[in-house]
Amino acid sequence: MRILVVEDDKDVAGFVVRGLREAGHVVEHADNGRDGLFMAASESFDAVILDRMLPGGIDGIRLLETLRAQHNSVPVLILSALAEVDERVRGLKSGGDDYLTKPFAFAELLARVEALARRGKGEGPVTKLAVADLELDLLSRQVKRAGQKIDLQPREFRLLEYLMRHAGQVVTRTMLLEGVWDYHFDPQTNVIDVHVSRLRQKVDKPFPMPLIHTVRNAGYMLRAEGT
Amino acid sequence: MNDAPALSDHPVDAARPGLQRRRVLFLNSAGVRFAAIYTGLLAISAGALAMFLWWATAGLLDRQVEAAIRTDAQGLAQRWEEGGVAALVLAIEDRLAGNVDDDAIYLLVDPRMQPVAGNLSRWPAAVQRTDGWYELQVQRAGVRSLAQVHRYDLLNGYHLLVGRDVRNRAQLRDLLTDALLWAMLVVAVMATAGGLIVRSLFRRTLANVSATASAIAAGDFAQRVKLSGRGDEFDQLAETINDMLDRIARLMDGVRQVSNAIAHDLRTPITRARTRLEDAAIHAETPEELRAAIERAIADLDDIVAVFHALLRIAEIEAGSRRSAFKQIDLAPLLGVVAELYEAVAEEKEVRLLLEAPPHLPAYGDRELVQQAVANLVDNAVKFSPSGNCVGIRGEARPTGVAIVVTDHGPGIPEIDRSRATERFFRGESARSTPGAGLGLALVQAVAQLHGGELRLGDAGPGLEARLLLPASERAAHA
Repeated sequence: MRILVVEDDKDVAGFVVRGLREAGHVVEHADNGRDGLFMAASESFDAVILDRMLPGGIDGIRLLETLRAQHNSVPVLILSALAEVDERVRGLKSGGDDYLTKPFAFAELLARVEALARRGKGEGPVTKLAVADLELDLLSRQVKRAGQKIDLQPREFRLLEYLMRHAGQVVTRTMLLEGVWDYHFDPQTNVIDVHVSRLRQKVDKPFPMPLIHTVRNAGYMLRAEGT
Repeated sequence: MNDAPALSDHPVDAARPGLQRRRVLFLNSAGVRFAAIYTGLLAISAGALAMFLWWATAGLLDRQVEAAIRTDAQGLAQRWEEGGVAALVLAIEDRLAGNVDDDAIYLLVDPRMQPVAGNLSRWPAAVQRTDGWYELQVQRAGVRSLAQVHRYDLLNGYHLLVGRDVRNRAQLRDLLTDALLWAMLVVAVMATAGGLIVRSLFRRTLANVSATASAIAAGDFAQRVKLSGRGDEFDQLAETINDMLDRIARLMDGVRQVSNAIAHDLRTPITRARTRLEDAAIHAETPEELRAAIERAIADLDDIVAVFHALLRIAEIEAGSRRSAFKQIDLAPLLGVVAELYEAVAEEKEVRLLLEAPPHLPAYGDRELVQQAVANLVDNAVKFSPSGNCVGIRGEARPTGVAIVVTDHGPGIPEIDRSRATERFFRGESARSTPGAGLGLALVQAVAQLHGGELRLGDAGPGLEARLLLPASERAAHA
């Protein structure tokens, strides 16, 4: 994927650019708002990682608002040290698709930016999700694996749905908290891990091939082995 | 040389801008303005009173005289119609004879303006018209006097003058005019004096506030605006300002407390991370060892970041800026979501979560913050609950608001620690061995305060009962 990183801090930018390249993406970098806006507006990217406080007269919010005013709908992840709820709301209101506060774990950034870039390429509304022999029917709210019906509680269903919608991608704990529980803060206890392990008991345990995998230092990934 | 005076001048020059700023121009002074308004109002009301007095006394006399003359003339006109000149003359003489007060004035003249009857020697030249009142000097029995007269034209060319001697009234009018002028003078003096008093009162009250403000600006935070004890508007203002200062002081205490806490409590994990990295840099022999040490150090740093995040969030809540997101919310589904989120963890610890709430539990506040506060309470309860026990989450609608009660049967918090349990970084004896930074209850407390509610910690015998009280509606929140 082609990703634009607009970030003025050399260390952070270098780290992010290197990490994204290692993950197999094509990365462009701008270290000020003016260049960032020019590149984002003139070239086509799958996602933009945008710092808020930038030199060059155009800060992240201005850049984003200008971009959106030009009907450019490239997915934008805002990466900022401004962590207050109001700042987050402001970032999302001016057209950001996701907001990650510094300091951040690279795995979190990668997972979120990949999820964002792929979200833009949705095939429209789906009624059925399938990974390997696992099927999830969004209309009848039924889950089957290898033709066998699995009983899930409503929240477990939504958790599995989220994992399946992001099949093949790393999904972090905070992404699950936000996406499944609509929680925007970090509970100190690892509540998510327990929920995922309960889901595993039902979806993976009775079957020979596990689908929900733990990604070390990052989160979870649902995928068929070998794909 | 001239150096010495120049040097001694310098501090004076430096002090001058400050002095100039303080010496408010006379006309720009709010005190003077208030005094002027006071004076003006007093003058206007005194003037209005004088006008009314004038109208009520002198005016009344005028109107009475006019009415009497009119009645008199009507009577005479009737006599004229009945008996002509002879009857009229008789009537005039009758009336003059019967006039005890000796204030009536009559004069009947023939077409050649020669007097026929009456007590005036000749027709006054000024009286030409019949549609108005004349006030004129008359000579009557050798005495000059003031009279108010009206002219009536009769048939056959005769003219009749009816009037009243108004010398007494004129005297009264002079007296009144004098009295009113003196009164105006007194009013002017009193208004000026009152204005000056208002101005100095105003100044003194403001001086009190401004002295307090300057003292605080100079760093003396213990200063408060003095109350006069009268409970008036100035006292109310002073109380508002004092409340504000108390709040600022509390916030500053909070900041001081937090910076101390940061210095003390974050030093430990930072030291740990630093030691791990330095140890690895010196002693690690394989890349695996190095990597493991770095990863542990990153985990330590993440913990520190989490603490910072929690601190900032509490500070943000305490600053009160989140009140803009307040709206009417239903706590029943919110409690359900929190219970569901923690149910899995609880079950793993063999702790039962018991949720008890009415189908609807309306409250007024910030959904996300209340959710986080409840989550923190449940998190604590599950964390401290021994296995095999239960944790209760209860939502109650009460006349005073909404109560969310979270109970566990863990070690609880001893009574002496309860008031301090909501301080940042406070960790009770029994909490030393469990993970956490001691910020959970501080956040709940901040959320409660932001909502105008309360967090009460009690004994669940054994265990902790945490009771979060929130307003049920917007009106209750502002009450």
